[in-house]
Amino acid sequence: MTDNIVEIDNLSFGYKGRQLHKGINMVFPRGKVVAIMGGSGSGKTTLLRLIGGQLKPTRGEVRVGGKVVHHQDRDGLHTLRRKMGMLFQFGALFTDLSVYENVAFPMREHTDLPETMIRDLVMMKLNAVGLRGAAQLMPTELSGGMARRVALARAVALDPSIIMYDEPFAGLDPISMGVVCNLIRSLNDALGATSIVVTHDVHETFSFVDYVYFVGNGVVVAEGTPDELRHSDLPFVHQFVHGEADGPVPFHYPAPDYAAEMLRGHNV
Amino acid sequence: MFSGLLTKVAKVLRGVGHKLVDQLWRFGGAVRFSGYVLLYSGESFRRLHLTIREIYFTGVMSLIIILVSAFFVGMVLALQGYNTLQKYGSSEAIGVLVALSLVRELGPVVTALLFAGRAGTAITAEIGLMKATEQLSAMEMMAVSPIARVVAPRFWAGVISMPLLAALFSMVGVLGGYLVAVPLIGVDNGAFWSQMQANVDFREDIVNGVIKSVVFGVACTMIALFEGFDAPPTAEGVSRATTRTVVNSSLAVLALDFIMTSFMINP
Repeated sequence: MTDNIVEIDNLSFGYKGRQLHKGINMVFPRGKVVAIMGGSGSGKTTLLRLIGGQLKPTRGEVRVGGKVVHHQDRDGLHTLRRKMGMLFQFGALFTDLSVYENVAFPMREHTDLPETMIRDLVMMKLNAVGLRGAAQLMPTELSGGMARRVALARAVALDPSIIMYDEPFAGLDPISMGVVCNLIRSLNDALGATSIVVTHDVHETFSFVDYVYFVGNGVVVAEGTPDELRHSDLPFVHQFVHGEADGPVPFHYPAPDYAAEMLRGHNV
Repeated sequence: MFSGLLTKVAKVLRGVGHKLVDQLWRFGGAVRFSGYVLLYSGESFRRLHLTIREIYFTGVMSLIIILVSAFFVGMVLALQGYNTLQKYGSSEAIGVLVALSLVRELGPVVTALLFAGRAGTAITAEIGLMKATEQLSAMEMMAVSPIARVVAPRFWAGVISMPLLAALFSMVGVLGGYLVAVPLIGVDNGAFWSQMQANVDFREDIVNGVIKSVVFGVACTMIALFEGFDAPPTAEGVSRATTRTVVNSSLAVLALDFIMTSFMINP
């Protein structure tokens, strides 16, 4: 049996005439925290949606636990998704439910546990993210960092074997960022899960992940451990890790010649 | 010059063709969506508390606007009706006129139009925002069908609420008509009620009105749900979807009313 819980094999995907991925290969070993990094619009979030079966690849395949995701019927897909937890970029908490009910939601939907046990489990999950005291608050009463932590508690409510994080650090202050970094690592190790973190925050990510894939122009341009990538002399990785404005990832969106366009007048 | 004109005509035709194809795709999507809603209805009946909660939001919360409107519509009907009927010496028939107008037409139609404006837009905006804030995607990733959990309960809440709201509209409208006709104008109290009782038929008038309101409930709620579910996940997308809900629901109600009335009336 393979030791990789998720495998992406020669995957291509595109929509509206735009080819986003052109033959991507990745593996995610059990128990590891793996980051997918790359610039904005490089298709990182789309990769998570392909792993979760919300999108179908145009070529290649994604296997989760040995099963090809897009070959599954509705029930098969639901069975696979019950093994997954996903933290969305801004939490995606249900705004009509309290913090407590948000975390209890997957338990109520997928188990027949008695209310007392649901209460204990919800409080344990909320305690793990430090928000037991916020159980009765509504999502609108939470800060961005708190909402992200509640969403994390909800994502791990059913003890999934794969946890996916979509930009978990976006818009967080340094303290919240550190808290979320620690939570991702500690929850992964405590649950014996595999975590896939989509992000472009280099320094925070390199401090706690086991392996990193860099995605650019629809392919994996570099991969390795954080230490290997820190010392990489690949131009793309160097530009990304050191935050340089221009390089293999151009500052300018493709456009006609600047001087010619300015001289042409108002005919845009 | 001729070739230039031909190019322009071809461009216009291509544009029209694209729009037509887009609309056909959208219509196909709406039919498929409706099929899924019916398919997942069983799951929503198992979670009856969700449907009951939505009946509160769509039905009970629409009560004030429906009842106040009904009261004024009934009063205006009585005033206008009396003005015409007295010319022919049949002002006692004012009760029949108010009741038949409300039960057959104005009750179901005005309720549906108000429902589309109040509850329909709320449904579209709520589902559109749930989509924009990835709440529906989150549900999918938790192996929970958003159609079963979010859409189907709202659909059945709308279908159940509409005939009840239309019935209340007609009742309050008759009350408004009575207050204008009897205490204000001075039409005979006994004539008002007895003529109404004698001329309003249960099968021909009341049941047909209920059938209309059920059909309007299906149409308005399904349009509101589809527009929300299909809305692009942006502020502009949700805003346009909300507008489309009101426009499409209103047109659907008026067109369906004509079609149903033409089948229900026996010349």
